[in-house]
Amino acid sequence: MNLLFIIMAPLFGALLPLLFKRTPRAVQTLITLAVPLSCIAVLLNYAPATFAGDVPKQFVEWLPALGLNFALRLDGLSLLFVSLILGIGVLIIGYAHYYLSRDDDEGRFYACLLLFMASMLGIVMADNILLMWAFWELTSISSFLLIGYWFHSSDARRGARMALATTGAGGLALLAGLLLIGNIAGSYQFDAVLAAADTIKNHDYYATALVLVLLGAFTKSAQFPFQFWLPHAMAAPTPVSAYLHSATMVKAGIFLLARFHPVLGGTEMWLTIVTVVGLITMLVGAYFALLKHDLKGLLAFSTVSHLGLICMLLGIGTEGAIVAALFHIINHACFKAALFMTAGIIDHESGTRDMRKLQGLMGLMPLTATLAMVVAASMAGIPPFNGFMSKELFLDQAVQQHLFGGLSWFVPILATVGAALSVAYSIRFIHDVFFNGDYKELPKKPHDPPRMMSAPVAILAIMCIAIGLAPMTMVSGILDVAASSVTNASTTVKLSLWHGFNLPLLMSFVAVVAGILIYAARDQLFTFNRQFDGQDAKHNFERIVQRISDRAAQLFDRLDTGSLQRYVAFVLISVIVIMLPSLIDLSAITGGKPQQPIDVVSMVGAIVLIAAAFATATLHRNRFVMLMMLSVVGLMVSLAFAHFSAPDLAMTQLVVEVVSIVLMILALFFMPQKTARASSGHRVFRDIIIASFIGGIVATLNFAILTSPAESISDFFIANAKIGGGGTNVVNVILVDFRGFDTLGEITVLAIAAAGIHKLLNKLKPFMPSSDVDGRPWHRIKHPLMLTNVANLVLPMAMMVAVYIFLRGHNLPGGGFIAGLIAASAMILQYIANGVDWVKGRFNVNYQSLMSIGVMIAALTGLGSWLFSKPFLTSWFTYLKWPVVGKWEFATALLFDLGVFLTVIGATMMILSNFGKMTTRHRPTYEGN
Amino acid sequence: METLYSVTVGILTACSIFLILRGRSFPVVVGITMLSYAVNLFLFSTGRLTIDGAPILGTQDSYADPLPQALVLTAIVIGFAMTAYSIILAVRTRGEVGTDEVSDSDSSSEGKR
Repeated sequence: MNLLFIIMAPLFGALLPLLFKRTPRAVQTLITLAVPLSCIAVLLNYAPATFAGDVPKQFVEWLPALGLNFALRLDGLSLLFVSLILGIGVLIIGYAHYYLSRDDDEGRFYACLLLFMASMLGIVMADNILLMWAFWELTSISSFLLIGYWFHSSDARRGARMALATTGAGGLALLAGLLLIGNIAGSYQFDAVLAAADTIKNHDYYATALVLVLLGAFTKSAQFPFQFWLPHAMAAPTPVSAYLHSATMVKAGIFLLARFHPVLGGTEMWLTIVTVVGLITMLVGAYFALLKHDLKGLLAFSTVSHLGLICMLLGIGTEGAIVAALFHIINHACFKAALFMTAGIIDHESGTRDMRKLQGLMGLMPLTATLAMVVAASMAGIPPFNGFMSKELFLDQAVQQHLFGGLSWFVPILATVGAALSVAYSIRFIHDVFFNGDYKELPKKPHDPPRMMSAPVAILAIMCIAIGLAPMTMVSGILDVAASSVTNASTTVKLSLWHGFNLPLLMSFVAVVAGILIYAARDQLFTFNRQFDGQDAKHNFERIVQRISDRAAQLFDRLDTGSLQRYVAFVLISVIVIMLPSLIDLSAITGGKPQQPIDVVSMVGAIVLIAAAFATATLHRNRFVMLMMLSVVGLMVSLAFAHFSAPDLAMTQLVVEVVSIVLMILALFFMPQKTARASSGHRVFRDIIIASFIGGIVATLNFAILTSPAESISDFFIANAKIGGGGTNVVNVILVDFRGFDTLGEITVLAIAAAGIHKLLNKLKPFMPSSDVDGRPWHRIKHPLMLTNVANLVLPMAMMVAVYIFLRGHNLPGGGFIAGLIAASAMILQYIANGVDWVKGRFNVNYQSLMSIGVMIAALTGLGSWLFSKPFLTSWFTYLKWPVVGKWEFATALLFDLGVFLTVIGATMMILSNFGKMTTRHRPTYEGN
Repeated sequence: METLYSVTVGILTACSIFLILRGRSFPVVVGITMLSYAVNLFLFSTGRLTIDGAPILGTQDSYADPLPQALVLTAIVIGFAMTAYSIILAVRTRGEVGTDEVSDSDSSSEGKR
């Protein structure tokens, strides 16, 4: 067993509830429970080491090149959080079993919950800050799924979206911050980052990194001014709220602050930002908590408030403050989870959460009421419960700090106000629901829930009492190690319920009295606040989102005009703008290679090529002429290849040219022969400018390449072509041997294109002209005698040439590509001369199969080398004595080339014969002739 | 020679770009085809220009760079596949939509689809 198990179990365990969807619910719950329980068992295995001061670690390489490793640690801070996540998680799963109704999909709920649990565990155990971020994002996603669990409700969807948008945006800021920190530290491992703490704090980018990390933490922990998303996340099922907002999701931000305290904390900036934000959040949250009429709304804002309190303590950052913060994390998790579950029970049993409707439930659900009073008292900070102690510590810290110079006295007063508000809303939670007169009619007649549903609340209430009465036994051990890992120094915690008469106790007393008074005067407060009713965070948020998306739509409309011309022009202009500045200084990019003299052949060739290119562009309105000019260009390109020592290319280009021109003429049959209307002069002018610039850029680049000295890896190929590949035509050996894998990919693409064309032609209703553009009908004789005879004569010769070219390809210019194209063009000539039906009657080959067989032969040749325990496509050759021919080489590469040959024939013929068929199936009519 | 070669490639590119910017599908396809010629010439020239140096072993002392040749050879074939695909796409579009215009903004008759 190792630490990985603690994360992997819930991660993959998330599948279990889905797999057991059909089983009874109790079984599903038990299976789900088994996951965190097994994690706890593993955790217990490691905990002693952590308590002894060690840090158990686990390291698995993931993407070392990025500095991202699956590294886990279990220091004191991690242990504290892991225990909370797993412990509260178990209680939540048990509670949810009773909470969810028959119609709810329990499997999906548990799957999301486990996924969320895994990502939380990942955050708190990650030893690599990038890994931590990955899990951080995973919590955003899984909490989105959980908050939006009841996706049929629009509130749930909107709340989920809001939480995702806010925490997701914060997550991006966090990523930027972590990348900065990792960059400064030189590693993303936490230990290295910790060791580089001083470097980071003195670095120029410290302020940027800090702000980015804090943005991540504040959005996640719903700190002011990002507190708005949390109350709306209350649309989630109550077990989710209880889990997310007590022990996990929102605590992730707090965890982040604690984790990075030794790295980023202690500076003036940290102190100011974190403390002030925490203080404001505490007050704002507490005030709104008092105003809410919804039980869960009250709890949501009280969560915001308590998070602010913890945040403020982490801002102060003294040893005592950190102990207080960690202690309050435990306490808050206990009482807040219990309170949420209580709210869920009340909702479940009575059908409403509105405190204006609820009252006098004490008599109807005494057990729930008793438990609620215990945990609410803990939240209010009443002795002897645990909340009292951490609140005392907090007030003590508030008194002791001297952060703001002469204004420091302000802090303890505001802290007392916060505490008083906390007392007030705690009283409200209890008094409004359980007392406040007699029971009134409610949607359902409430009674205490099944005992098992109360059990999690009871366990937490007992925890509240036990921690309060025996803090040293219960939590001092874990607080010691947790605080040590935050302060980065050995810490010993001393806790006790009674500190004697001192200032914090007085403040507590004042807070309780003030709280009672505030509660008594709550009606005035409601009246006062009613004037702000129009302000709803959700509406504001959605208005902003709506505005952004409207703007985006506008911008998009402007860019997405549906005009290819515009898109292409936009891309090309961008190219010009980006490329031009770096090409202006021609001398800087030109190499020193001396130029070769211009010979007459090149000169003439270039002039013809340029003239043909211009003709193609300028005569484009007469499309047939344009095609003829294009074929001249292609021919000249092929001659250029021949001239510059590339016979293979010249042959390929020549045959491809023939085939493409035939294809285009065929296509022209279905298209207008002339472009009816020219573009406006303005547009032509613009296009000429763009085209000239792009041409200039390409020419410059090409010139720069040609004049710089050649450094090529090709010497290897030339040296090894004969001895390694058994052929003297290096180009062909590269194609079928050295880079055979590329070629295999290439012919596959060819086959896919042919198959795509086949599908495009399927059920095509082409535009069928009955005459040419000048109104002349097509000629009556479709297959001229001369052409037929010549074609018949050429076919066997062409086939022979193809076979010859194919066989010699390994040693002399030729090979599968060229041979395939030659054979195909001879076949095409047959189609042109004799028509599709005539050919089909004599030579009925399924080109699709031919093409597939070709790809298959090539692939199988490659696989064949596996039989000899060689890597894919290893070639082998030998010399055999053949009858008649004599000694002749046989290479497996030839087999591969055969595959290429067949694929090329198959694909080319498939494209052309299928397309050619279109002309005959819808034969032009000769009416009126 | 190098200057001549690069100027030719540049002009070939410019002419094809001009065609690609036209508003009808057929010139666009021809432009793409011609652009693929220009690109092939460009890629081919990364092996520098050698006259009388075909990379057939045993025929001469120094050879032209065979690697760009091998790459361009497959590029020619793939270029053919792409030309074929785009021309048939153009035919199909004409059959389905009834027009061969690729631009909406320049034409007043065709509304946004």
